[in-house]
Amino acid sequence: MQSARFEDLGGPHGTLNADALRADARRESFGLLALLSPGLLLVFTVIIVPIGWLFWLSLYDETGALSAANYARFFEQASYIRTFITTFKVAFFVTGACVLLGYPLAYMLSQLPRRAASICLIFVILPFWTSVLVRTYAWLVILQRKGLANSWLIDLGVISQPLPLANNFAGVIIGMTHIMLPFLVLPLYASMKTIDTDCLRAGMNLGASPAATFRQIFFPLSLPGLASGVVIVFVLCLGFFVTPALMGGGKVIMWAMRMEQTTSLYSNWGAGAALGVVLLAVTLALLGLFQWLLGARATGVWSSR
Amino acid sequence: MEGSGAEALLRSVCAMNDPEPREMLLSIAPSALPIGISGIEKRFGGVSVLRDLSLDVAAGEFLTLLGPSGSGKTTLLMILAGFVRANFGSIKVGGEEIITTPPHRRNIGMVFQNYALFPHMNVFHNIAFPLKQRRVSAADTAERVEKALDLVQLKGLGERRVDQLSGGQRQRVALARAIVFEPRIVLMDEPLSALDKGLREHMQIELRNLHRRLGMTTVYVTHDQREAITMSDRIAVMNAGRIEQIDRPEVLYARPQTRFVAGFIGDSSFIPVECRNGSVWYEDRKIRMAAMAPSSGSHLMVVRPEKLRLVTDAEPSGSVNVLPATVGDVIYQGDSFVCYAVLRDGQQVTLRDYCRSDVLAKLPRPGEPVNLGIDAEDVVLVAAD
Repeated sequence: MQSARFEDLGGPHGTLNADALRADARRESFGLLALLSPGLLLVFTVIIVPIGWLFWLSLYDETGALSAANYARFFEQASYIRTFITTFKVAFFVTGACVLLGYPLAYMLSQLPRRAASICLIFVILPFWTSVLVRTYAWLVILQRKGLANSWLIDLGVISQPLPLANNFAGVIIGMTHIMLPFLVLPLYASMKTIDTDCLRAGMNLGASPAATFRQIFFPLSLPGLASGVVIVFVLCLGFFVTPALMGGGKVIMWAMRMEQTTSLYSNWGAGAALGVVLLAVTLALLGLFQWLLGARATGVWSSR
Repeated sequence: MEGSGAEALLRSVCAMNDPEPREMLLSIAPSALPIGISGIEKRFGGVSVLRDLSLDVAAGEFLTLLGPSGSGKTTLLMILAGFVRANFGSIKVGGEEIITTPPHRRNIGMVFQNYALFPHMNVFHNIAFPLKQRRVSAADTAERVEKALDLVQLKGLGERRVDQLSGGQRQRVALARAIVFEPRIVLMDEPLSALDKGLREHMQIELRNLHRRLGMTTVYVTHDQREAITMSDRIAVMNAGRIEQIDRPEVLYARPQTRFVAGFIGDSSFIPVECRNGSVWYEDRKIRMAAMAPSSGSHLMVVRPEKLRLVTDAEPSGSVNVLPATVGDVIYQGDSFVCYAVLRDGQQVTLRDYCRSDVLAKLPRPGEPVNLGIDAEDVVLVAAD
């Protein structure tokens, strides 16, 4: 079948077998597309279609009429704006706490010998294998008014009154930081591992003290990993539900909790869908912003091969 | 062994290679300091990597540590730079003990194998880094970086990012960074191993010339014997954590003292010989040698391919030894040919000669009997292990 299309050497110079080669290239790209199609189909049915449907739902009010009422509500009701601010405040504090705790941890892991590091990494990853619900309840047991932390501190005589650690903003931050920490530590650790030890040695050799070497060489080189960890944690925080719902004691209302209330309590699917669309849009905008701010540095300057 | 005719010839050869007397160069760089390494011992776990190693490097000398991987040469360099702590020993720079001085206070420049340039800084800031640590003023820094860039022929590339440079250019930046703060000593850890052959040979000459101009005491690590011979004032051949032999390249090549050195530097065949009553015997033939023969015991005769030649006469005459052999294979290599021959006792030797027309006309064929001649001057014995 193919051999019939092959030309003789007698054809015009420079076009020998041009058609056959073009057809071969086309066959190859069709073949690759065929291999790709199950994945594309899956993405389309489980991501694109539901999101489109969500967006569609958000355009109808309770009576089923097409309207922008669901979006207008964001600007009219102060409680929505409060929820929005709370969500960002929580995400901001949790990310900050994760950086403060996670950076030294990742640094320590990256400096340990390989075997010790992999043992310590297990302790970082272990919580991943436990249900978020279980971990959150465990924190409640520790932090509540008559919990472990308060009773120990009172027994030791450090405090006389129990500290308000659970069912408030602080409780949400503590619980979420614990859940989010691995998402910061793992990318940060991976990027710290790629920092060339000879670069640090060169720094010291050229006269920089260990502290100066850290500040001028290690820290700047770890920034891309830190940036990706921060983005992951921040974005995950924006849509987090279980921990704030349990640890906040109803006082800390985040975006995802608002969505749950709207849909299951008030059965207002249009309003819930609008909340989801706004969260998605804000998240995408944030990712774009991070990319714009850090992308050039993260991908350009030190992607040296 | 010393003082023979070959030795005198060698001296005249190196005098030709070295047109500027070294003493004159030293006066240009008064900052060069000698290094005294003594009794260095390093163990990793239970394994000794360096054993009671002592070595003196003269001020302004270019010394190469040459050895196979695992011989401890890089470990010794790391101890000199202060990145690895020795178990015992002393390192003195200009008489001052530095064995416990932290790396950033040693004032030793180092060129790393993979260059270790800072990827988040451009060329200028890489080279300015050591000056910044020493709080050199901005104007002074700019001037010195400019001078260093000029020295390594990278003028005008200061604003380039590191990943925009070729391998050879990175090499030069690393070099400029290591010398810009005028260190007392420069260490180099296989700095040319990542470059391709042509560039590597070019950089060898360039490094050597730079060393002659600046006269800094240099310790260079390599496993490439040709590189070591090309560049060094002296070579320390290392094996299993010890220095096997330390000498000038031409002496190391001509008069290896151990089988290891003879095998590591240049190609060699080893012919087992017997020493009896002050003369050397190979089978029933007495070997003539210019140097003093050892009085007794089994030894190995080191035969370099270029020291052998094809002779017509089967009997030794004058100062030429003759070894009868059978040609195994002849390989034509353009400028030269290599002839693998087997001696009567089955010992294989290699002969190399240039393809002059008179030699080519008499090129032996495989299976043909030949007579291999070697001058008494070129006979070197090492102890059989």
